[in-house]
Formats: sequence, structure tokens, C-alpha cells
Amino acid sequence: MSHTDHSTHSADHGAHAASHAADHPLVGHLVPVRILVSTAMALLVLTVITVAVRYIDIGEFNIWVAIGIAVVKAALVATFFMHLKWDRPFNVLVFVGCVLFVVLMMAFCVLDTSQYRDTQYTGNAPLAQETLDANAPGAPIAQQKTDINP
Amino acid sequence: MSHASSAVEGQRPGHGDAHGHAHSAEHAKYSFLAHHFETPAQQFDSAKLGMWLFLATEVLFFGALFVGYAVLRSRFPEVFSYASHYLDTVMGGINTGVLILSSLTMALGVYFAQRGKKLALIICLWLTMAGAAGFLVIKYFEYSHKIHAHLVWGPTFYIPPHDEANAAANLGQAPVAPTTAAAAVAVVPIAGTPAVDASVIRPANAGPAGISPSAADHSLAATGDIIPHEMPEAHLADPAMPPNTHLFFAIYYAMTGLHGIHVVIGMVVIGMLIYRATRGDFGPNYYTPVDLVGLYWHIVDLVWIFLFPLFYLIH
Repeated sequence: MSHTDHSTHSADHGAHAASHAADHPLVGHLVPVRILVSTAMALLVLTVITVAVRYIDIGEFNIWVAIGIAVVKAALVATFFMHLKWDRPFNVLVFVGCVLFVVLMMAFCVLDTSQYRDTQYTGNAPLAQETLDANAPGAPIAQQKTDINP
Repeated sequence: MSHASSAVEGQRPGHGDAHGHAHSAEHAKYSFLAHHFETPAQQFDSAKLGMWLFLATEVLFFGALFVGYAVLRSRFPEVFSYASHYLDTVMGGINTGVLILSSLTMALGVYFAQRGKKLALIICLWLTMAGAAGFLVIKYFEYSHKIHAHLVWGPTFYIPPHDEANAAANLGQAPVAPTTAAAAVAVVPIAGTPAVDASVIRPANAGPAGISPSAADHSLAATGDIIPHEMPEAHLADPAMPPNTHLFFAIYYAMTGLHGIHVVIGMVVIGMLIYRATRGDFGPNYYTPVDLVGLYWHIVDLVWIFLFPLFYLIH
């Protein structure tokens, strides 16, 4: 029941911040500026890395590397910026549980659509194809096709 | 107030014996403490739980769109790897940095609120607001450029953007000779001939003499040089364009648009925080609204962290 402890804040938080106990808030956790700034720096570095990875062709793994870096960045934001590291575990459960259910829904939806992929119509919708084939000025793809592949 | 507290106490005898003595004292000491809460910590934790539940609904809200994205991308992988090149990685990257930095200033704002540093809190909130505004300005340039090039959802995607004079006027530029651009597009296959494309683009972006190029012109010129696709009609003229490419732009506008709405809402609530912080509402004892808006702003950042690689960075 430490969270509902109503004792004065110097006694409440003094254990882990004796040096500046008087600065501590009545409730919640004070995250040092040093941690916040290093989190932002890590996020910026990871952004540069994820942009760089785009230009390296590793086939199927490109998207997984990109998602992996994004997950690490999201974890950094949630852990330090959003104070989840010091928050009540139930709030972590709400958030992480929610994300897991989104992943679950995504997995089943993708599995389902891939089941009938072969039966799906490929190619442009008829109206779109009509526009693309139109022999009008400014609709040049039809002309191109005849020019390039006579 | 003490009467109400003791009534609550009477209903829940097991709960209060540890700190029942302090109720009236707590309420007398903290004017912000609502009478239905026993301690500031209980009030704070309740607010945080409520906010996290709201953020969970936000995750599900965006999550449904991410599911839509996954279905479309698994169905049309070639569309995504093709159409991604129409998005401007530089602008998207800058926007990612802007949001990360504004998340930092928001987190610092919470820190300064906790420390009772009023001026530092207000400065941080204004910086966060500036980051949000900067994000939207860059997003506006991206959107307007794509909309003029008919890189949009639905049937408009397949209609050539003929009205060059109108499009140029909307961009704040003089009309270009339309025949030149159209003819060049018609003859030149886009892929593999960036030099020709750049020469087509340059006169359009330089503008007439006497009009100083704005930031928009700069960015457009830059993107034109980097990405040869970024010109009106380019996608319709490109024989390499896979079928159903408009679907990429449908999900792109749906997801970034919803995210942009969240940025606008974030600006509103940060503005309310600035008003209250200036009034002196926040301090080490009471900073809950700053903390909760901070959580909201971080989740907006968090969504963009996924949107950026999923749309802009497809190899």
C-alpha cells in the first residue's frame, strides 16, 4: 500500500532520493532530466538507423528490422517518457495487454485474407483501367505502352 | 467534508484503519483534493488509471487501422514498395525528429511541474506546442503537394491533373507551360531518367522573377531533385505502376490523417495547460493535468514512430 501512503513526501520518497528529498513531488515519480534527455537522444539515433536500413536490401527482413526498431523506440517512450518504469504495474498491464490484443487481431486478419488470396481479382478496377487506357491528352500511359511495346 | 469522509469510512471499515485519522487533515491541507478521495496519492492514481484506460482505447482505435494496413500490405506488397517512393523521406524524417523533441519537452514539462518551476514549465509547454505546429506545417506541405499531383485515394488518383494553371496557382506559383511538362511526361518513362525529370521540374519550382521562393517552394524543389516521381502525372505516366496503387494512398491518408487530428487535439489541450500553468495551478503537490496530457502527447509520438517506417521507409 505504499502508493496510498499519505505520509509527508520527504519521508515517502526519501529512501531513493535522499540528496534532494525536498524537491520531490507529493505524488508520482520524478524522472531525472539526464534520463529524459538520453531517451530522446536514443530515439533520434534509432530514427537515423531506421532511415539508413531502408537503403540496405535485406529482402524480407527489411520490414521486420523496421518494425523491430519501432518497437524498441516505442518501448523507450513508454518506459521513460511515460514513466511506466515507475508506474503502477496495473497501468503497464492495461497498456501492454491492449497492444497484445491488437497484434492478435492483426495476426488473425492477415491469416484469414491470405487464405483466399488466390481467388482474388488481380489488376486494376475496370473504371481505373478505362481511365488509364483512355487515349486522351494527359492520360499518357496508353500511348506509352504503344510506344514502348508496339 | 470531514463528515462525508467519515461516512465513507463507516461503509468501509476495513480499508480505513491504517490512515483514517488523516482525512480531514488531508482535505484541509490540499485544496485540490476532491472530497471523494482520501489522499492526493489516491486521486493521482485514479486519474492515471483513467488516462491509461483512455490510451488503451486509443491504441485499439489506431490498432484497427494498423490491421487494415497489414491486410492491404500483405495483399499488395508491390503497391506498397512502389508507392512508398512518392513519400518524402526527408520531410517524414524531420517530422519524426520534431515529434521526438516535442515529446522530450513535454516530459521535461512534467519534470518542471513536479519541481514547481513555473517558468520552465511554461517554456516547455510552449516548445511542445511549437513542435506540434511545426509537425502540422510540414504535414500540410506534404499533403498539398500530393493532392495537387492527384496522389490521393479513390477515382481521383486515376484522373490526370490537367489543370496545371489552377494547380500552380494553388501552390503559389506562376503557371508553367503545360504542354512542355505534359509532353515530357508523355514521352519519357520515369524510371531511370532522373536527369530529364529534374530539368522538367526546375522551371516550375523556380517561380517567376520577383517572387521570393517560400519555404514550400524550397521543399518542393528539394523533393523534385531527390525524387523524380514527385511531379504531377508522374504516376499515371509510369508503366511500372502496379494495379490498385491508390489503395496505398487511401490507408496513408486515413492513418496519418487520424494522427494529424490527434496532433491538433494535442495542441488544444497543451494550450489549456499553458493557460492554467500561467495562472499558477501546478506545483509539486498537484500537476496531474500536466502528467495526463504528457501521456497523451507521448502516445501521439508513439503512433508516429510506427507510421514513419511503415509508410516512408519501405525498401
